[in-house]
Amino acid sequence: MQAFFSWLAHLPQLLQIPVVLAAFLVVVGVIIVLIEIAPRPGRAYTWVRLGIAVGVPVAVLALLGLERGVAWVFLLGAVLGGGLFWLDSRSAKGRGRLIQLALFVSPALALLVVGLVWPTIRTMVSAFMDKTGTKFVGLDNFVWVFSSGGSGGLTSLLNTIVWVLVAPVFATGIGLVYALWVDRSRAEKLLKVLIFMPMSISFVGASIIFKFFYDYRQGNQIGLLNQVVIALGGAPVNWLQSYPLNMFLMIAILIWSQTGFAMVILSAAIKSVPAELIEAAQIDGASSVRRFVNVIIPTIRPTIVVVWITISITSLKVYDIIAVTTAGYNNTSVLGYEMVRQFSLFPPQTGHSAALAMLIFILVIPFIAYNARSLVRSHS
Amino acid sequence: MTVTAISASTRMVKKTHRTLSSPWATIGAIIIAAVWTLPTFGLFVSSFRPATSITTTGWWTFFSDPQVTLSNYSQTLDFVSSGITITQTLWNSLTITIPAAVFPIVLALLVAYALAWIDFRGRHVVFVAIFALQIVPLQMLLVPLLKMYTGGVTAFGAQIFPGFAANSLGSGFAQVWITHTMSALPLATFMLHNALATIPGEVMEAAQIDGAGHGQIFLRLALPLAMPTIASYAIFQFLWVWNDLLIATIFTSGSNAPITKILADLSGKYGQQWYLLTAGTFLAIIVPLIVFFALQRFFVRGLLAGATKG
Repeated sequence: MQAFFSWLAHLPQLLQIPVVLAAFLVVVGVIIVLIEIAPRPGRAYTWVRLGIAVGVPVAVLALLGLERGVAWVFLLGAVLGGGLFWLDSRSAKGRGRLIQLALFVSPALALLVVGLVWPTIRTMVSAFMDKTGTKFVGLDNFVWVFSSGGSGGLTSLLNTIVWVLVAPVFATGIGLVYALWVDRSRAEKLLKVLIFMPMSISFVGASIIFKFFYDYRQGNQIGLLNQVVIALGGAPVNWLQSYPLNMFLMIAILIWSQTGFAMVILSAAIKSVPAELIEAAQIDGASSVRRFVNVIIPTIRPTIVVVWITISITSLKVYDIIAVTTAGYNNTSVLGYEMVRQFSLFPPQTGHSAALAMLIFILVIPFIAYNARSLVRSHS
Repeated sequence: MTVTAISASTRMVKKTHRTLSSPWATIGAIIIAAVWTLPTFGLFVSSFRPATSITTTGWWTFFSDPQVTLSNYSQTLDFVSSGITITQTLWNSLTITIPAAVFPIVLALLVAYALAWIDFRGRHVVFVAIFALQIVPLQMLLVPLLKMYTGGVTAFGAQIFPGFAANSLGSGFAQVWITHTMSALPLATFMLHNALATIPGEVMEAAQIDGAGHGQIFLRLALPLAMPTIASYAIFQFLWVWNDLLIATIFTSGSNAPITKILADLSGKYGQQWYLLTAGTFLAIIVPLIVFFALQRFFVRGLLAGATKG
């Protein structure tokens, strides 16, 4: 595999895309052919099944690039495959079913274990190790987070909490009100696109757009915000210098980018509120504000929660906005940024970095747990 | 009697419409829309102004003194940062994005099909477990993955994976592709499972009675029927990867950097070179904007499918 990627890297760039896609699709094609022929009856297919069960794990190990001195790894792969074959041949649902299932699920599951589960465990362990990753230091890294001043761990933790409290409220709130205001208005489509378009712009792009908007300089202003301040009779402000103002202006970038998301989803929810409900409230003489608060909001409450949770998770993990606007200076660091910064110090503070990542992880848990709970509920 | 009732109800519906879209509401919406659009518009106008004008006068003076030039764009495309031109970074973005959008979708389709249509013990547990893996923030993965790619994997003293070559030329874009694929799998599996699971059971049974195996059903039946959702998710993933900065920062180096990474660099190093940043930003967002406007309907559908989970 290394040899393949290395060969690929030396191809002309535009050739790399089709070549890597073709190679990938050939592998997937082989998997689908094996899936198709695995459960076929007959003695010959029993041998085919054995070949698949033992051959595929061995081939995968070989593809990973093992050349020398690891015979027992291959042996283990072959034994596991043989075990699968044996289980499959005794399966009540018919021969080949289990092999078929394994072919369907194992590529993704293997990647999830190697790429998500295992690194997560590694990071959890590093959070309790020193920066070399070899010496156990107990809770020292977390003590560092909670005690360090300046632009270190504690600031980033507190800032992240502010981000999570502020950004979702405004993005969801503005999105909701806007969705209601443009609902059935004549220019609904255009007005929606204007708010929605920032969704497709990267945080990097958005941050530069707003850096220009917030620009401060001596003499003639080129940033619109300061020009507005001057027009209102004020003196220009160096927006990104003073804490906590700079943090809220950075949160505004996230709100700017996420409001469109909230608006589109809430707009769809508002449109699905039964007209009879609104009419009934109208007959009862409810004003439009009351209808909104007493009828529409309770009906679409589950959607509001989903939107709010999604934006909260985005705010918890934010990295790009800080990297582009202030690079964490002037007390603006957040967990997602500080984690990367600690790792890129020299020498890398892997312990600190892992502890910060753990804190993001812990803060995300309640949100995803809520989502998973409603998923389980809707399944049963 | 009936006629009056009908006309009364039509009046009522009209009234509902009217009160929900009062002129004040529309004016409020227009104000928000203007606030939302002005920052982007300002940068856009600036990108066409001469370099010296951008940093000496506000972009709004453009309307009293219009000077239009394309030289910002031509200079930016040829600008060399970290040894590569901006043009090259745009190609890099494309080379990273297309495979990194295709890989997770295909792999997620395979596992989602099995979770939806093959009955096995524990499939609900597997499904919820994959969904719950969204819990893992990218930040938890970066350092261990980097170590895995460079140092390989060793278990019980034996090497299971020797790692990629250290320099970027040695492994090309492999690290970015693989990282994007792995981190996208939970959401992709969830969304595509929803699409596959809604195929009517009779259709699947009919195909099975006709003697088609799961491989054929997957290719000839499930894939075409799930195509709208696949397209929606593909757009989503494409934009996600194109706009990503974090994975690019950690897993690309030197000549492999995508436009987002170089733009973030420029913003730090050349924070006052606005001719570069204005044009560079628009070069970076032009592809997502084209995708967005051309495929808006799919994009919205993808968002709705992803967000109405549970």
